[in-house]
Amino acid sequence: MGVPVTSSPPDVLVPAADGERTRARPTDRKPPRGARRAAYWISPIALLTIWQLLSGTGAVSSQKLPPLNVIWRAGVEVARNGQLGDGLAVSLRRMLIGFVVGAAVAAVLGVAAGLLRWGDVVVDPLLQMVRNVPLFGLIPLFILWFGIGELPKEVLIALAAALPIYVNVHAGIREADPLLVEATTVLGYGRWQRLRHVVLPSAVPLTLVGVRLGVASAWLSLVVAEQINADSGIGFMINNARDFLRTDIVFVGLLLYAFVGLAMDTVVRLIERRLLRWRAS
Amino acid sequence: MTETVRVRGLTKAFGSRRVLDGLDLTIRRGEFVALLGRSGSGKSTLLRVLAGLDRDISGAAGVTGRVSMAFQQPRLLPWRPVWRNITLGLDTADPRGTALRALTEVRLSDKADVWPRTLSGGEAQRVSLARALVREPDLLLLDEPFGSLDALTRLAMHRLVVQLWERYRPATLLVTHDVDEALALADRVLVLEGGRIAAEHLPAAHGQAELRARVLSDLGVGETESIHEGA
Repeated sequence: MGVPVTSSPPDVLVPAADGERTRARPTDRKPPRGARRAAYWISPIALLTIWQLLSGTGAVSSQKLPPLNVIWRAGVEVARNGQLGDGLAVSLRRMLIGFVVGAAVAAVLGVAAGLLRWGDVVVDPLLQMVRNVPLFGLIPLFILWFGIGELPKEVLIALAAALPIYVNVHAGIREADPLLVEATTVLGYGRWQRLRHVVLPSAVPLTLVGVRLGVASAWLSLVVAEQINADSGIGFMINNARDFLRTDIVFVGLLLYAFVGLAMDTVVRLIERRLLRWRAS
Repeated sequence: MTETVRVRGLTKAFGSRRVLDGLDLTIRRGEFVALLGRSGSGKSTLLRVLAGLDRDISGAAGVTGRVSMAFQQPRLLPWRPVWRNITLGLDTADPRGTALRALTEVRLSDKADVWPRTLSGGEAQRVSLARALVREPDLLLLDEPFGSLDALTRLAMHRLVVQLWERYRPATLLVTHDVDEALALADRVLVLEGGRIAAEHLPAAHGQAELRARVLSDLGVGETESIHEGA
C-alpha cells in the first residue's frame, strides 16, 4: 500500500524451444523503446481519423459529432473572445481554494489522529462516517446551506480533496518504524526532532498517494459542481454552449477539463519523484 | 567516580517470566565488556534498560554520563543523506564538519552525500558506528552490530571498533552470540544465564583455546565444541 503505482510490465514466462519454461528478459522480443512508444499512438489516431471521416462526410450529423477542424476553430474562437481564459481562470481558482483548504484541514486532522490517541478517538470515527456518505449526494444540502455562489462548490471540492488525503496521512503516520523511533530516542533526539526527522518523513510516501487521489477527486467534483449551477467557469461555458447547440464548444470544454486534470497529475508526480528520490537506488 | 554502569538487583519480568532476576553488573570507565548468552537469556533486555528504553523495572540501574548505541540493523533514516544521519539530534555548531570527521574515521568520507539505501551492509553499519561515537558517549552499547555482516567485513569491523574504542575510550558493552568475537575484543567476558551474570572471564589472563572452551561450557555447548577444537 505504501508503494506508489508504477507501470512496469511483469516478467513473462514463455516456453523455450526445448519445452522448458524460461524467463524472458524484457528486452528479448520487444521492439526498441521508441517504436513501442510510437505504437501507442496507433489506436487514438485511428479513432480520430474515423471520427473525422464520419462527421466530415456527413455520415454523422455534425451537430452531434463536429469534425475535428470545427472543434479546433471553436477552440480558437473561445480563446479569442475571452470565454476560454475567463472560464479556465474561474475554474482553477475554485480548484485551488477548495484543494488547499481541504488538504490543509486533512493534513492537520490526519497528523492529529495518527499521533495522538485522543485525536484518533475524536477525529477518525467522524471522518470515517463522512467518507461513507456519497459526496455528490451532499450537493442539494450544500445549496441549501451555502446558496448557489462559489462557497458550495469550494466546500465540495475541499471535501473531495480532504478525504483521501486524510486517510493516507493517517495511515502514513502509522507507518513510522518503531525501531527507528527507538534508535533515535537512544541517540538523544528530542520529541520535536523525532517528529520532524522520523515520523513525518515516514508519512510522506502515503501522503503523496493521498494527494494524487485528492487532486483527481477534487477535479472531478469541480466538474460536477459546475454542471449543476454556475454562472462562470469552464462548466458555465459548456452549459451555455449546450443551450445554443454549440456541440463544438462543448467538446472544447471537455478537452480543457481533461488536459488540466492531466497536467495537475503530472505536477504531483514530479513532486513525488523529487520528494522520494531517496528511494531510488 | 570510576564506575560508568552500576546495576544492583535488577529484575525485569514480562508477565510471570523473570528475564532478569536480581542482576548485578559494574562497568568501569573505559572498560570493554562483552556479554554472551543464549537467545532469550535477556541480553537485549539488559541493553534496553541501560539505554533508558525500558524503565518498568525493579532494582537499581545507574549509568553515569551519556549513552549511545549501535544496533544489529543500522537503523539509519533512509530519507536523510548519510552525513545528516550522523549529526541529527546532536547539538553542534558545525554539523557537516563534525559528520565529515566522523565519516573519515570509519573511512567513508566519500559517502557523506549519498542516500543510506545505496550503502552496502558493512558501510551502513560503519555509519551507524560513527553516529554512535560522534556523540562522545560515556557508555557505548553495541547490540550484535556485526551479526548480519559477512565474515570478512566482520573482521574489518572488529579492528575498526577496537581502534575507535582506543581513541575515545567509552565504557563499552557489546552483546554478541559470537564467542570468538567476545574474546577478541573485550577486557572482560560475561555470561548471562538465569537472569543474572553467571560467569566472568578475563581474556588476558588465559590462553585463548582454554578460555574459549570454558566460555563455551558456560553457554552449555562445551563438549561438542571442545571435540571440534581438538581435531
